[in-house]
Amino acid sequence: MEILVCVKRVPATGGRIVLTPDGQEIDTRYLGFTVSPHEECAVEEAVRIVEAQGGSTTVLTLGPAAAEEQLRDAMAVGADRAILLETDGREFDPIATGAAIVDAIRAQEAANGPFDLILFGNEAADTGDFQVAIRVAVALDRPVVTGIKSLTLANGEAFCRREATGGGWETYQVPLPAVLSVKEGLNLPRYPSVPGRLRAKRKEIDRIEPTWSQNGTVKLGLRLPAEDGAQVEILGNGAGAAATVVDLLVRIGVIAS
Amino acid sequence: MSGLLVFVEHQAGELDRLSREALALAGSLAPATRGQVEAVVFGSGGADAARGLGAAGVGTAHVVDDPRLDAYAPAAWAAALVELIASRSPRAVIAGGSDRGHEVLAHVGARTGRPLVTNVVEVVIGDPWRLTRQRWAGSLLEDAALSTDVALMTVAPHVIPLDEGAIGATGEAATAAADVARFGPSVSERDLVARVTGGEPSAAGGISLTDAKVVVGGGRGVGSAEGFGELEELAGLLGGAVGGSRVVTSAGWRPHSDQIGQTGLRIAPDLYIACGISGAIQHIVGCKAAKRILAINTDPNSPIMAAADYAVIGDLHQVVPAISAEIRRRASA
Repeated sequence: MEILVCVKRVPATGGRIVLTPDGQEIDTRYLGFTVSPHEECAVEEAVRIVEAQGGSTTVLTLGPAAAEEQLRDAMAVGADRAILLETDGREFDPIATGAAIVDAIRAQEAANGPFDLILFGNEAADTGDFQVAIRVAVALDRPVVTGIKSLTLANGEAFCRREATGGGWETYQVPLPAVLSVKEGLNLPRYPSVPGRLRAKRKEIDRIEPTWSQNGTVKLGLRLPAEDGAQVEILGNGAGAAATVVDLLVRIGVIAS
Repeated sequence: MSGLLVFVEHQAGELDRLSREALALAGSLAPATRGQVEAVVFGSGGADAARGLGAAGVGTAHVVDDPRLDAYAPAAWAAALVELIASRSPRAVIAGGSDRGHEVLAHVGARTGRPLVTNVVEVVIGDPWRLTRQRWAGSLLEDAALSTDVALMTVAPHVIPLDEGAIGATGEAATAAADVARFGPSVSERDLVARVTGGEPSAAGGISLTDAKVVVGGGRGVGSAEGFGELEELAGLLGGAVGGSRVVTSAGWRPHSDQIGQTGLRIAPDLYIACGISGAIQHIVGCKAAKRILAINTDPNSPIMAAADYAVIGDLHQVVPAISAEIRRRASA
């Protein structure tokens, strides 16, 4: 099974987001970087499939030179190869990102044969565009299923489950080669081992310069949402606050008086 | 047509909340287009959903009349939508910020080479359009300009206020029925390859996290899977549902489907009770649409306090059982 996994380097935000003075970027001077939990699950799934069935996992990212870190993280948990579509720091919109990934896939497949599976996270953690996997699949004319939380491969087909609107599951069955986007919960990703990290450090990374383009959307700036500004009302301390809490529940109509 | 086309989702004829939010946004934009709001409805029960759309401000509801498209098939539904866009020439196509809303419009964008702007919260029609959209699931906003012939957009969940009286209410709005236009698109077999082939009902039963009026959420402070028993008890007394933070689902204390946050569910209950949850922004974006948040936490300086309306400072393992006991005491008094 030949598998490509696409990931995106994003700042590891935890507390309050701080913007650069020009309001164009997140101030990342005091932040580490990571990939979305969805993408960690995509890498883990690829590695597990290859462990079980043979083949290889290639990890790809479009980002600045520093995104090498996320590629090495993926190789430390078992990805075999890495491709960096190295940008000059400009943000690529979803159309430009999709086109650059399609170009890279075509070049790889011409040289090394087809990928049976191309995996993405359901949406990037930062821009949340929900569309690059679909744009890539449509350009390559391959079936695509998004947001899956379970995957079984058998007889040249992918059996996928995703959560249905309003609860329960819906199932899809598509022939390979296919494009799939996955959600956290698909598996529990492993941590890298020390030997894994050392191996990843020595691996070559294939670097390609992607073509930037603008496709109808222009980012004007970023801003933080207005906070409601209301102060929290402390109802009390410990178990002794229970009566005050129940008074509140009655007052707001959660329980009948 | 110079108006707006809304992709409407429904469960057996009952409109989805996120589609009502998309209809509300479309309704607010329609006057500036000098056109009307039209809707497109797929699936069995679509005709029932379409009839009720007049009350939501829809002039014409296009009901897709092809049994091959009754089951969800994202590429085929998008192909039908592309055909409708060509015949109706709307200024914009708007969908709710749901899995299917994002997915179908992404296919439309990919097939036609148009940009798709997801999770918008504000829209000003013009040349270019001015949009505000969510990044980081709503922790951050992006102002953007959009130049295109047909604007494709999804609406961020739980941001556009719904006038609860307007939809399904009696009165002038409700009596104006939508015209129902049946529509048979030409769809290729290739577009039907990826489609829903089966389903399984929810295993858990009971009330779902996204429908519950009260949600009791647990975080690292709960300490174990067993620790959730106290939260289950309180949720049971309040007719609510139990969820958790990412810490809790990654530790395996709760199934991943119970995760509230950026990579899980966005909830909008009347009351969210956050127990032992510190309040990372990835969690806050999942619960900030709650009308009220009550935090129970040992740390009065934890970030959850900035999002909460009410707080009890203390150990949830003492506070939560005490609240349950007080509810029982009053019920039997």
